[in-house]
Amino acid sequence: MLAADLLVAQNIGFGIIALLMIVGALRVVTVNNVVHAALWLVVVLSGAAAQYLLLSAEFVAITQVLVYVGAVMVLFLFGTMLTRARIGAENDLNNKNWKIAIPVSLLMLGVMSYVIIDGFQDEKLIENPGEMTQVPVQVISDDIFGPYLLPFWALSFVLLVAVIGAIVLARKD
Amino acid sequence: MLTAQFLLLGAVLFCIGVYGVLARKNAVMVLMSIELILNSVNLNLLAFSVRHGSVDGNTFALYVIAIAAAEVGVGLAMVLLIYRNRRTIALDDLSEMKG
Repeated sequence: MLAADLLVAQNIGFGIIALLMIVGALRVVTVNNVVHAALWLVVVLSGAAAQYLLLSAEFVAITQVLVYVGAVMVLFLFGTMLTRARIGAENDLNNKNWKIAIPVSLLMLGVMSYVIIDGFQDEKLIENPGEMTQVPVQVISDDIFGPYLLPFWALSFVLLVAVIGAIVLARKD
Repeated sequence: MLTAQFLLLGAVLFCIGVYGVLARKNAVMVLMSIELILNSVNLNLLAFSVRHGSVDGNTFALYVIAIAAAEVGVGLAMVLLIYRNRRTIALDDLSEMKG
């Protein structure tokens, strides 16, 4: 990679957001306060939305903000509130074998990085970044309601079942 | 922009999420780690969508987001039920189905 490539605005944006996301993700899995972990998760999810914008997928980015940062995060905070008497630091958030998880995840990361770097090397995502255009929502909807209509039906059914299941599980009687 | 940079970011987030699932005891924290994993997959789907010049990756990413929302809803309902029955959500204590 040439030095000039490194200075492309998209790459600078990618680097800053990626750094924020990785720091946020590490804080999510290491911090000893459930509410703080949820707030760090907001950083990661917003960073993901920004990366989607860099990938010219604005509809997915907006959905990400609406569904994840909006709805899922409120669910997490409610879950934290309803399952814990006190909101504060806790020492026993990790299980007793947590040290084994470090080599496991590092090994996975090593294998995946090797495969990705070996497989793609310095292949450009798109030859001419100036040609990258936003994906129109019309094209996405044509895709969803055209070739992927059956999965869409299945997904609607899954959502219905999830709503009913959540109500049945959480109901008090 | 290189293809590998997005895939590597996805791989890093995926592995951090796997670490969280393995290491955490609190059920809510495990669910948060699963969200990390699903997000890394979405990043890969969108990167490949751009790489192949096809819109299918966007569609799949939207489906993954919807499934993740359903999963969190049911998962937190289960966590709530476990808490109501046992006054704890430590996953180490749930060993009834251990062989």
